[in-house]
Amino acid sequence: MQRQHPQSCSRGCLLSVPHTGQFCARVLRRQLLLAVRRPIEIGNPLLFFAIVIVLFPLGLGPSPERLVSFAPGVLWITALLSNLLTSDAVFRSDFDDGSLEQLILAPQPLFFSALAYILAHWLTTGLLLAAVSPVFALMLNLPVSALGALFVSLLLGTAVLSLLGGIGAALTVGLKRGGILISLLILPLYMPVLIFGTAAVQAAMTGAPSGPYLAILGAMLSLAIALAPLAIATGLKVSIDA
Amino acid sequence: MPISVNDAPLLAAQSLGLVRGGRELFHDLSVEVYGGQLWQIEGANGAGKTSLMRILCGLSRYGFEGKVLRPVTPLYLGHQTAVKALLSPRENLQWHVSGAGLYSDDQVDDALARLGLRGYEDVPSHTLSAGQHRRVNLARLFLSDACLWLLDEPFTAIDKQGVDETQSLLASHVDGGGAVVMTSHQALQVSCNVNTLNLVQGVVS
Repeated sequence: MQRQHPQSCSRGCLLSVPHTGQFCARVLRRQLLLAVRRPIEIGNPLLFFAIVIVLFPLGLGPSPERLVSFAPGVLWITALLSNLLTSDAVFRSDFDDGSLEQLILAPQPLFFSALAYILAHWLTTGLLLAAVSPVFALMLNLPVSALGALFVSLLLGTAVLSLLGGIGAALTVGLKRGGILISLLILPLYMPVLIFGTAAVQAAMTGAPSGPYLAILGAMLSLAIALAPLAIATGLKVSIDA
Repeated sequence: MPISVNDAPLLAAQSLGLVRGGRELFHDLSVEVYGGQLWQIEGANGAGKTSLMRILCGLSRYGFEGKVLRPVTPLYLGHQTAVKALLSPRENLQWHVSGAGLYSDDQVDDALARLGLRGYEDVPSHTLSAGQHRRVNLARLFLSDACLWLLDEPFTAIDKQGVDETQSLLASHVDGGGAVVMTSHQALQVSCNVNTLNLVQGVVS
């Protein structure tokens, strides 16, 4: 059993590793493939979203006028909760099988690989929630004119939620039961997103421009992209160290 | 083939000390690992071998004394295999999160074949046994071009023939100018010199 490249050691010290972009693409592809191979993980938040939305007409009564006044809040809170449900799992299986140790030791900056994990999470939850939301919005009698604002606000907002959820996931991944703790940690951070998300939809319902609210959501997203991966990377290192 | 990095240590630990649960596991432990050396860390269960490995590779950053200098990126194989059950062995190696190089299908298949996993390249890893998971992980040794290998109990769940093959791989890595630091309860049977670090007696030989 001879090593194929006995001289490879001298090369190795020059570190022929993929550059950060290639590595992030690899991580993203890996995470997406893992998600596709376990479709129930993708389906769960969507089913949760559907079932909870259906509960509201049962609880509030089926009158279309009443439903439409609650619709923006109902849709947004349900999307927020289904995002929260899946946040816990972002790093969980990688922690359990040791992949997370390897990720932390990788020569590429953890900032960007953490961002790739979150992007994969958003693509399999937030993006899909935003895509199906117009159907459920019509069920709650939301006017068609507000559907665009709902879609865009969810698109931007769930990305912020995924980034914030990643911070909670990174901090609690080392705990055996982090489920409740992660909710307590990150739900307060979700509040501003909820406020401006529902405000955008309500504005569109009344015919007011929803642009300013969406711009604020966009600003939140930019801030979260810049700062959340720092917190996630540090949280992961602390969780692995403990 | 001697290589230029032989003069500088690939890993230098300076007066490391660790206390766990009120018990001092080791103190004032200094070690320098050069290319062409194989280090075996010995000690009973609970002597602090894994803790020391985690300090050396950089996973433990706080809670110990001293410091570790790592001029090169080491390859670390820990207790956990980092093999994803939903990915095939080939996908596991090609898309490994350790950020190592980009490998072609042939390179990966060759590495897997050397570890007796020919024909298992494309099956989901959850159909493999525990020992085969370890072997998929060990295949990274064939692919990696890292100089310094930090191996924590690499022979766990590996059969006798696999242990012999892995040992000869370690020897050829050391002969090629690389360095290995490993923990194992077994006596190594390799052709190169073995430096021993005994955590209980504190002997470096």
